[in-house]
Amino acid sequence: MRFILRRLGFYLIAFWASITLNFLLPRFMPGDPVSRMFARSQDRMQPEQIEALRKLLGVDDRPLWEQYIGYMTNIFTGQMGVSISRFPTPVTEVISSQIGWTLLLGGTALVIAAVVGNLLGVLAAWRRGGAVDSALPPLLVFIGSFPYFWLAMGALYLFGVVLNWFPIRHAFTAGLQPGFTWEFIGDVGAHLVLPALTIVLVSIGGWMLGMRNTMIATNSEDYITMAEAKGLRPGRIMLRYAARNAMLPSVTSFGMGLGFVVGGALLTEVVFAYPGVGYQLLNAVQGLDYPLMQGLFLTITAAVLLANFLVDILYVRLDPRVRSN
Amino acid sequence: MTTAILKQPGTTAAKTPAARKPNRSFVHGILTNKKALTGMAVMFVFIALALLAPVLFPGDPSRITAMASMEPSAEHWLGTTAKGQDVLALTVHGSRSSLFVGLTVGFASTFIGILVGLASAYFGKFIDEALSLVTNVFLLLPGLPLLVILAAFLPPGLGTVILVLVVTGWAGSARVLRSQALSIRSKDFVAAAVVSGERAGRIMFREILPNMASIVMGTLLACVIYGIGAQAGLEFLGLGDASTVSWGNNLFWAGNEGALLTGSWWVFVPSGVCIALVAFALALINYAVDEVTNPRLRKIKTPKDTERSTSK
Repeated sequence: MRFILRRLGFYLIAFWASITLNFLLPRFMPGDPVSRMFARSQDRMQPEQIEALRKLLGVDDRPLWEQYIGYMTNIFTGQMGVSISRFPTPVTEVISSQIGWTLLLGGTALVIAAVVGNLLGVLAAWRRGGAVDSALPPLLVFIGSFPYFWLAMGALYLFGVVLNWFPIRHAFTAGLQPGFTWEFIGDVGAHLVLPALTIVLVSIGGWMLGMRNTMIATNSEDYITMAEAKGLRPGRIMLRYAARNAMLPSVTSFGMGLGFVVGGALLTEVVFAYPGVGYQLLNAVQGLDYPLMQGLFLTITAAVLLANFLVDILYVRLDPRVRSN
Repeated sequence: MTTAILKQPGTTAAKTPAARKPNRSFVHGILTNKKALTGMAVMFVFIALALLAPVLFPGDPSRITAMASMEPSAEHWLGTTAKGQDVLALTVHGSRSSLFVGLTVGFASTFIGILVGLASAYFGKFIDEALSLVTNVFLLLPGLPLLVILAAFLPPGLGTVILVLVVTGWAGSARVLRSQALSIRSKDFVAAAVVSGERAGRIMFREILPNMASIVMGTLLACVIYGIGAQAGLEFLGLGDASTVSWGNNLFWAGNEGALLTGSWWVFVPSGVCIALVAFALALINYAVDEVTNPRLRKIKTPKDTERSTSK
C-alpha cells in the first residue's frame, strides 16, 4: 500500500510538472508566438473568446501567481479554451472525438508487439544460438533502426500504393455509417493493419531483446537446474519456471513502452492521415493552434501517467517482494 | 600532511588494477568484435561522406531545376525530386546536419546525464531524491509530444532543435549512469578517497567516472541514436529548421510533394535508409560494448547450455 501511495504521489508531481510547463511555455518564450497567433486569427473570434484565450495563454496584465492559480483552476475544471484551427469547437471536444482512435491504434500495436516480442525473446533465450536467437535479433534491431514514420511511408507505398492490399488513409471509408456492424468493424480493421504493423515492427525488437537478456540470467538460476533434475518437461520449465520469473522487467517496460508507442503513433498517424491525437497535433502545430496543442499534450501525458499507475498496481499483484516492504 | 600521505596509496592502489587492466582488454575486445567492426566501418563511411559532401557535390543541393521527378539514371544516380533536385546530393549533404545534430545532442545529453548521475550517487540523501524525481518525471513525460510543444513555442532554428532534443533526451542516460555510479560509490576505494579527504569533484570525476567508462560509452551511443531519430521525426513534422538540408527535411519534403502517391520511391528511400544504417551501426557498437563488458552475453557456450541443446 505504501508503495502504491508513493507512486501515486510521484505521478501527481509529474502531472503537476507538465501543467506548469504548459503554463510557463507561452509566457516565457522569446518571439512571442502567442501574439503571432492572435494576429492571424483575431477577425474570426468573438471578443470574449479572445479574452478567455488571452488569459489561458498568458497575454494579460495580472500578476504571475494569479495567472497560475487561474490556469490550474481552468485545467481541473476541464476548460482548455477553444480550438483555433477548428474554430469554434472547444479543445476538450476536439480531443475526446479523436483520442479513441489513438487508443485503438496504440493499444493494438502495443499488445501485439509485447506478446509476440516476449514470446520470441523466451524462445531465443531458451535455445541460445538456435535459429530464432541468431537470425531474429539483428534483423529486428535493424528494422527498429528505421524511423517510425519512414517505415510507415514504406508500408504505405508498398502495401497501399503498389500492391493495393490495404487502404492507405483515414480510419474508415468515408460515407460508411459508424456503428457495431460487421461491415464497419471489418473496415476499421482493414484501415488499422498498416499503421499498427509499422509500430509493431519497430517496437518488437526491444521487447524481444529485453526478454532474451533477462531470460538468460534466469536460466542460470538454481531452481531451473532443480526443475531439470526433477525431469519436468522442457516446455513447462521454459514457460512456468523461467519465463514467468523473467516477466517482471517486461511489465515495467510495458508502462514505459506506452509513452514510446504514443510517440510512434503520432508520427504513424501523420503518415496515414489516421484521425487520432497525433494527426490532430500536427494540424494544431501547422495552424498555430496553441490551445489545442497544450490540451493534446496534457491529455497524452495524463493517459501515459494513468497507464503507468495501472502497471504499478499490477506489479504489486505480481511481485510479492514489493508488498512485503 | 597526513592526508597527503594517505591519499597516495589509496588512489594508486585502487586505480591501477581497477581501471587500467580492464580498459586494455576492453579495447582489445572491441577491436576483435565483429559487430563493433561492422558498426565502426559504416560510421566511418558516413562521417567521410559528410565531410566530403561539398567536394563530391559542389553547389547548393536544394537548387530547383526543370528535371523533375526523374527515375534513377546514369546522370542522377538516385533520381530527382518533384522540384528537380538531385536526390543523391540531397542525401549526402543531409548527412552533415543529421550527424552534427545527432552527435551534439548525444554528447550534451550524456554530459548532463553524467553530472546528474554522479551527483545523485555521490551526495545521496536529499540531493539524490530531488535529482531522481526530476529525472523520473522527464523519463515519464511522453517524449515526442513534449518535443512537439517545445519546438512549436520556441523560435525555429537549428539551436532550438538541439536544445529541445537535449531537454527530452538527458533523463534516460542520467538514470542509467546513476545506478552504475551508485554501485561504484559503495566500493572500498571510494570510501578510502572520502576518508582521505579528497574533494567531491575529484572523487566523482577521477575515481568514479573512469570506472564506468563502458556504461558512459553505451549511453553516449544510445543518445546519438536518439538524437538522429528524434531530429528526423521533428523535421518530418515540419518543426525543424526548414532552411537546412537534412535527412528529416528530405523526408518532410518527400511527404509534402506526394512522392509516395506518385510512386517516386527513390525520393524517400535513401534518407530513411541512411538514418537506419547509422542507427544500426551505432546500435551494433553498443551491443558489442555490452558483450565485451558483460560476460553473460558473450557468445561462449557454458557447459550447461551445450548440455541442454544436445539433450533436445
